[in-house]
Amino acid sequence: MAEVVKRVKPLAVNPLKVSQPLGAALAFLGLRNAIPLMHGAQGCTAFAKVFFVRHFREPIPLQTTAMDQISTIMGGDDNVLEALKTLCEKANPEIIGLATTGLTETQGADIRRLVRSFRATHERFAEVAIVPVHTPDYIGSMESGFALAVEAVIETLVSQTEKKRRRRKQVNVLLSSMHTPGDVEAIKEWIEAFGLRPIVLPDLGDSLDGHMIAAETTPLTLGGTPRHEIAAMNESLAILVVGRSLLRAARVLHEKSGAPIYHFDHLMGLDASDAFTRALSEISGQPVPQRIDRERAQLLDAMVDTHFMTGLLPVALGLESDYLLAFVDFLKGVGCEIVTAISPAYTDALRQAACSLVEIGDLEDLEQRARESEARLLIANSHAAQCAERLGIPLLRAGFPQFDWVGGYARQWVGYRGARQALFDIANLVRQQHHEIPPYRSLYRTGEPAAAIGMAGH
Amino acid sequence: MKTAAQLNALLQEPACEHHHKGKTGCARPKPGATAGGCSFDGAQIALLPIADVAHIVHGPIGCAGSSWDNRGSRSTGPSLWRIGMTTDLSEQDIIMGRSEKRLIHAIKQAIETYRPAAVFVYSTCVTALIGDDLEAICKTASRLFSLPVIPIDAAGFYGTKNLGNRLAGEAMVDYVIGTREPDPVPAFIQRPGIRVHDISLIGEFNIAGEFFHVLPLFDELGLRVIGMLSGDARFREVQTMHRAEASMVVCAKALLNVARKIKERWGVPFFEGSFYGIKDTSDALRKFAMLLGDDDLMQRTETLIAREEAKAQALIEPWRRRLAGKRALLFTGGVKSWSIISALQDLGMTVVATGTKKSTEEDKARIRELMGPDARMIDDGSPKALLAAYHQLHADILIAGGRNLYTAMKARIPFLDINQEREFGYAGYMGMLELARQLTLSIESPVWEKVRRPPPWAAQQRIGSPVTVVGA
Repeated sequence: MAEVVKRVKPLAVNPLKVSQPLGAALAFLGLRNAIPLMHGAQGCTAFAKVFFVRHFREPIPLQTTAMDQISTIMGGDDNVLEALKTLCEKANPEIIGLATTGLTETQGADIRRLVRSFRATHERFAEVAIVPVHTPDYIGSMESGFALAVEAVIETLVSQTEKKRRRRKQVNVLLSSMHTPGDVEAIKEWIEAFGLRPIVLPDLGDSLDGHMIAAETTPLTLGGTPRHEIAAMNESLAILVVGRSLLRAARVLHEKSGAPIYHFDHLMGLDASDAFTRALSEISGQPVPQRIDRERAQLLDAMVDTHFMTGLLPVALGLESDYLLAFVDFLKGVGCEIVTAISPAYTDALRQAACSLVEIGDLEDLEQRARESEARLLIANSHAAQCAERLGIPLLRAGFPQFDWVGGYARQWVGYRGARQALFDIANLVRQQHHEIPPYRSLYRTGEPAAAIGMAGH
Repeated sequence: MKTAAQLNALLQEPACEHHHKGKTGCARPKPGATAGGCSFDGAQIALLPIADVAHIVHGPIGCAGSSWDNRGSRSTGPSLWRIGMTTDLSEQDIIMGRSEKRLIHAIKQAIETYRPAAVFVYSTCVTALIGDDLEAICKTASRLFSLPVIPIDAAGFYGTKNLGNRLAGEAMVDYVIGTREPDPVPAFIQRPGIRVHDISLIGEFNIAGEFFHVLPLFDELGLRVIGMLSGDARFREVQTMHRAEASMVVCAKALLNVARKIKERWGVPFFEGSFYGIKDTSDALRKFAMLLGDDDLMQRTETLIAREEAKAQALIEPWRRRLAGKRALLFTGGVKSWSIISALQDLGMTVVATGTKKSTEEDKARIRELMGPDARMIDDGSPKALLAAYHQLHADILIAGGRNLYTAMKARIPFLDINQEREFGYAGYMGMLELARQLTLSIESPVWEKVRRPPPWAAQQRIGSPVTVVGA
């Protein structure tokens, strides 16, 4: 149980927060043949595009309603209708994710009405699904924007027919924004090992895993959850939801499918992995495959081998809510001490963090608090690299964005293997920063200049 | 090549307590049931930390290849000692008898490239067996290159690591110690009212730089360390060790021969002590003052001890609260079997048993003194025996050398590494703090509970599928 405190200061310095529309865009990027459309000024989209391009090292389909001064004052309805029409004509998507931004929310844009209006006037594009979602950037953060988009997709695209729980091997998997494409792949394999067939929403592991395709270019996502599968999610046997931010979306899906919800705060570390494995065994009625037992045994071994480095290690975290809860659990489970926990936006879930204090703040706060608390490891996104440098401690990169690091998106944090690798990496980072006993030269030592460092002959 | 008589003399080391009981010196290693290094290993361990020396291993790659730069010692100056050097003999070198020639060239190359203060040449099994005349080559090389080139004749098959330590010490006594006089104490370092005494330390290896916790205390007391074997040592300092007014053998029975011979030849008194633990550190400082017979020094030593002990006690207090009553099983070599006991007791811990495989009768007496007459001593260092003792005695942590680290990890029990390669220094008053920290982090780690627990699905496994359930 953590006390959640908002840092009171007028200026956010080195922000940790990423906006809601970006979160929504990310969720839409996990749908097949889709394109996110941001209803706002073109900058919102341009920045988002650069943000994702640098993180994923992939071309990112993303469009804008390109609001200008006239449409801002006079109303942006036409911009939305025109953007939808243009996208349908030019890109022929299966799904358009329509997310609002601060500008258009302030303006009071009613995108649901606009979608209805588009449907009425453009029947030839009836096949194109449009998912509207309200994501002002003055509320929440990336994680909540992502969750809102997932909820909107479920509301809009999952069928209502009465075929509940008809597919006895199919399970719905809702994964919050803390999961990398590498995580999504691993989770799918994990579920498949029990003979189940996962429908992951959104499936970033299929779209943003960074794979070459035959076509030289495409205006749409390179993969993701297919629309017909989303529609059939109401027939699944169970709902597996990972991350508290998606609980609301899971309830909406439950309403539509009648399938029971299996909720996990995260899948990092031994206990969380055990809980997930157990649930899969229960849902499928299958015993735990030997391969998983082996991976588990490997993690146990890594835990004891690295406990010398992780034990009593003071760690500072700068992460979004779901991720923060995950890391706090995982790290405390291997003996680390969470001396600083900073999250960019308030959530009720933060109160459940297994540390004494969570502060809502930015990277400046993270840096100050980490210095005061003498943290020896920082876990945050790439922007924290500067903080880490000034603090003279290592940074383990997690979250968005990771622009100075190749392959952050492919990294697997979840499951036995993910935890094992994370332990190795943490241990190595800490070992490299090993604090030596300061060398002491005797006053009486003669025959060698006091500053003799290095090596004779070099 | 050492003669059998020479080796026997070392095995019968008179300062060592073993043979007073009528045993014939150190036990021979038992084929098929032996752990631990060879004499070459021991010689390297004893001397490698001499930082400005080029250490050349004369033999095929097996000897240096897997052992270079693996020491946890620290130097404040040259890092030459960390450069691995070997003649890396080939089959042709050996068959055609070219190894001696190769060695001369190797020495030349080392001197030209690295300009060392001296060259130590270590013999190995193969070069000892084919009869390379190490002594003659070193003599020739010394003359040719006008630099001390010292033969360290401790081939692996001569015996154990302990013997290697002694052989290396012997080489220092024969070739190095006594070949130079110490520099006078520069006038500007002299402090009024403080008479500077010269001391030396034998068997202090400055593991992880732990001696840096102790050396400032000697400086403060006006005790000039003129030479060490061999942590952060320089060749020119080792040369002067015969001029110490007193010396201390630190936690290493194996180099007792060096202390004894220096005493015999040059009359330097010595004592055995340890820097592990508050009490032992204080005792070591006191013994120096006593051996030096300087009343003023004794007084200043007591003042320093009172100050440092108070400081250390205050710092370790929070740790002591966490560690008090915790039970340790010690399995360490020789002197460490008792030296670390006092450090653990300083932290409020109980030592439930200690390994005495390499301990002397004198060591055992001290163990009884520290742990009481019923002190449990363990001779069998096999993983099975260690773990059995651990469970039977309800220990909370196993303290042993690195070889046993992963035995402990596999058995899911807390562990503290006390070997030569460790990364943390425990010596001196301040070292206690690190010791307390390392003990705490392993004992209190939440991983043990987790890794001892069977998987939650263990009960529902199909018959025949292997599930390892380890009782907590």
